[in-house]
Amino acid sequence: MNIYILLKQVPGTSDVKMDEETGTMIRTDRRNVINPLDENALAEAIRLKRALSDVEVTAISMGPPHAQRALREAIALGADKAILLSHKGFGGSDTLATSKALAKALLTSVNGRLGKNDLILCGERATDGETGQVGPMVAAILDIPVITFVRKITLEDYLLTAERVVEEGLELIKTPLPALVTVIKDINQPEFPTLAGKLNAKSREIPIFSPDDLGISNNEVGLRGSPTRVVKIFKPKLSRDVIMHQQDSSGAAVDNLISFLEKRGAI
Amino acid sequence: MYKGVMVIGEQRGGKLHPVTYELLARGRVLADKLSEELSCVILGYGMEQFAEEIIQRGADIVYIVDNPTLKNFLPLLYTRVLTKLTQEVKPGIVLAAATTQGRTIMPLVAAKLDTGLTADCTELDIDLKDKSLLQTRPAIGGNVMATIKTPVSRPQMATVRPKSTKPLPVNKGKEGKVILKDYETNLFSTCEEFLGFIKDTTQDVNVQDADIVVSGGKGLKTRDGFCMIEDLASLINAAVGATRDAVDLGWIEYPHQIGLSGKTVSPKLYIAIGLSGSVQHLAGMQTSETIVAINKDKDAQIFKVADYGIVGDLFEIVPELIEKLKNKKEGKDSLQKRSEIYDKV
Repeated sequence: MNIYILLKQVPGTSDVKMDEETGTMIRTDRRNVINPLDENALAEAIRLKRALSDVEVTAISMGPPHAQRALREAIALGADKAILLSHKGFGGSDTLATSKALAKALLTSVNGRLGKNDLILCGERATDGETGQVGPMVAAILDIPVITFVRKITLEDYLLTAERVVEEGLELIKTPLPALVTVIKDINQPEFPTLAGKLNAKSREIPIFSPDDLGISNNEVGLRGSPTRVVKIFKPKLSRDVIMHQQDSSGAAVDNLISFLEKRGAI
Repeated sequence: MYKGVMVIGEQRGGKLHPVTYELLARGRVLADKLSEELSCVILGYGMEQFAEEIIQRGADIVYIVDNPTLKNFLPLLYTRVLTKLTQEVKPGIVLAAATTQGRTIMPLVAAKLDTGLTADCTELDIDLKDKSLLQTRPAIGGNVMATIKTPVSRPQMATVRPKSTKPLPVNKGKEGKVILKDYETNLFSTCEEFLGFIKDTTQDVNVQDADIVVSGGKGLKTRDGFCMIEDLASLINAAVGATRDAVDLGWIEYPHQIGLSGKTVSPKLYIAIGLSGSVQHLAGMQTSETIVAINKDKDAQIFKVADYGIVGDLFEIVPELIEKLKNKKEGKDSLQKRSEIYDKV
């Protein structure tokens, strides 16, 4: 069977600070990384590969050319293959246009068509866009079952059982393959790449595909293929008029807090 | 043509979830601005009983698809039914809650309808120039707000952050239509199987539904220290939240994690204790109505978003707060008891 990982390269968020004046993010960490939940998805694919026989793991990403680095890292972490959809025609794609391109890549021969026993995994959401829409949208376009917010996967006789974390607990859902699963952090603890993996990744060529290669018209992807438009960006009023108190033995800080909360009707 | 505002009601285990009323409040404002009708869709089994209150909370029309197969949320099945219904009704706007259900069903339906979708909106409005929907959501970890439009495709679809608006009060006099939708049996057959639901017993109150969240971070030092958070929370009937550090240290389970890689909450009151306020954490809680922070470092980021801050040793402040709140509560209880006795006398 094939397991496909839909992987996004995102800006590293470790060590981010906030600009107090403007309320914007200052990224001291300029590296781009694999979206953390996609790394969980990849680790899950590797786990399944070890447990089952004859599994090939392919990482697919859409992004700028430098997203090759994230894919190379995916190979270092154990993916067998990686492909990148990258072309200026893809630029400005919203979640629907992105999903169309990814779905097309899964359907066309660029990586061998999606088979009846295949599984697609991705993180529940990416840390930059935070929409969580691309996974389900890809499944809808491919017309295959999807299970979201998953913390445990069991595969038996090409039937997939998943534990889905919802607001009040856990749901258990079973579905045949092919299917798409979006995972949350609870599912596993990703391992670090091995030296051998890193060496293997270094020499690997990551094939790059354009809309033309996938047989997608320019009207389906990029800005033209995107039904949504950002019309305004503004800064929210972040800082509130904070009332500050220093704790001391008088107990005033806590007394004032309680009356403040009572006045606001908060407790 | 595409007309009207439709909200996707949410049921969990055969009960209508209150987030539906928040959606109705949102939808009512938009429908009134457009002078169009507001409809609400409920998929489930035995849901007709809730139709009246849905109307009293703002809907003009309630569509109910009642079928035993719809008792539990199955994505493929719900998508098929909702896509069909949406194609028939042709609403201009479709809203659902940004819950695990809404955030799953909406991208599925949007892709089927080949239209745009905006996730987790905190503000919605109508652009009166062209009557289009203005969908505003936090972006880049909540440090920037982005307003998004769906200029051409219809319907315009958005998920709405829970607790970002208040439900309308019940209006007993309000009238509306209830339409029971039925479809041929094969629409309800699916390869998905719902095997069961296990309630999370570690969570008395779910963090995203709670009116008050008490959150703790690394400053609590140990698992024992973190118990104070739980004590304070249970005293004021709050849910327990945590930073990524606290979860990684094993003091509490992941469903309680607030922030970029955890849950986003916006309760009436958020009490942040012993946490500095990393950008990742702030992204998950900064839209809370009132924020209280307790931290030893007066320069901690968390004070930048707080309404009330106490600088000092949390191991002194929190026990004092618990003690004083307890006394207040007991005082109230004994006062209540006294008045009950007087009533009897």
